[in-house]
Amino acid sequence: MSAQNNIGPKRVVVGAHYGLRDWLAQRVTAIVIALYASVLFVSAMLVSEPGYGGWAGLFAATWMKVFTLLALIAFVYHAWVGVRDIWMDYVKPVGVRLGLQILTILWLIGCGVWAIEILWRV
Amino acid sequence: MSELAKKSRPQFRNISITQLMNYRLPAAGLMSILHRISGAGMFLTLPFMIWIFDLSLTSELSYAQLMEVISSPLVKIILCGLSWAFLHHLLAGIRHLVSDLHIGLSKESTGRWGSGVMLSALALSVVAWLKIFGVF
Repeated sequence: MSAQNNIGPKRVVVGAHYGLRDWLAQRVTAIVIALYASVLFVSAMLVSEPGYGGWAGLFAATWMKVFTLLALIAFVYHAWVGVRDIWMDYVKPVGVRLGLQILTILWLIGCGVWAIEILWRV
Repeated sequence: MSELAKKSRPQFRNISITQLMNYRLPAAGLMSILHRISGAGMFLTLPFMIWIFDLSLTSELSYAQLMEVISSPLVKIILCGLSWAFLHHLLAGIRHLVSDLHIGLSKESTGRWGSGVMLSALALSVVAWLKIFGVF
């Protein structure tokens, strides 16, 4: 990744070559998701009002909306890194792999936007 | 490191798909491939989960509709699969973080961690499954 290694014959032209960044991102996003899941689980347990009222009330709070949004962004990024790794491991033809990666990005952004739209209606 | 590299060892290169059935995957390997499969499963069922999220939050009416939807055995089975996928992925992910700290890297302990993660995920899943099927 350093500048000296990326010019001339030493230039890296294969592989993901952003390994450290993705390794770290995968862990940070995983921790955000795990924390969110725990907070959601405990909050849902502690809700006093059963049924729709309590559940929707949980997501009506701004802190929960923001936390959900952060977890959602973490989820989308985490899924991108993971699914891209699957394509890189098993799909060798570059064209097919590129197509699948594009579909993955569209799928994840589409799902993300849909979820945000639901979240902000509450 | 150079000494290790010189030693002649049996090599296991990428195996072809037809060899999969005869390949004895150790517990850690099984945990690892299940980590990948559970992640892929959650990725593919994302629209289903968001649809459930939508029904649960939009209105009293949609919430009632959701209760109807999750009374179907097929939906219950999908939810059972997803709860396992989440729990396995979570525990196998924690195992990754533990490995990052250089804990449990010997041959014996990787096997123990592998079976431990898989069995714990299954045990927690059984609790979730009982809840999904309304046992408690």
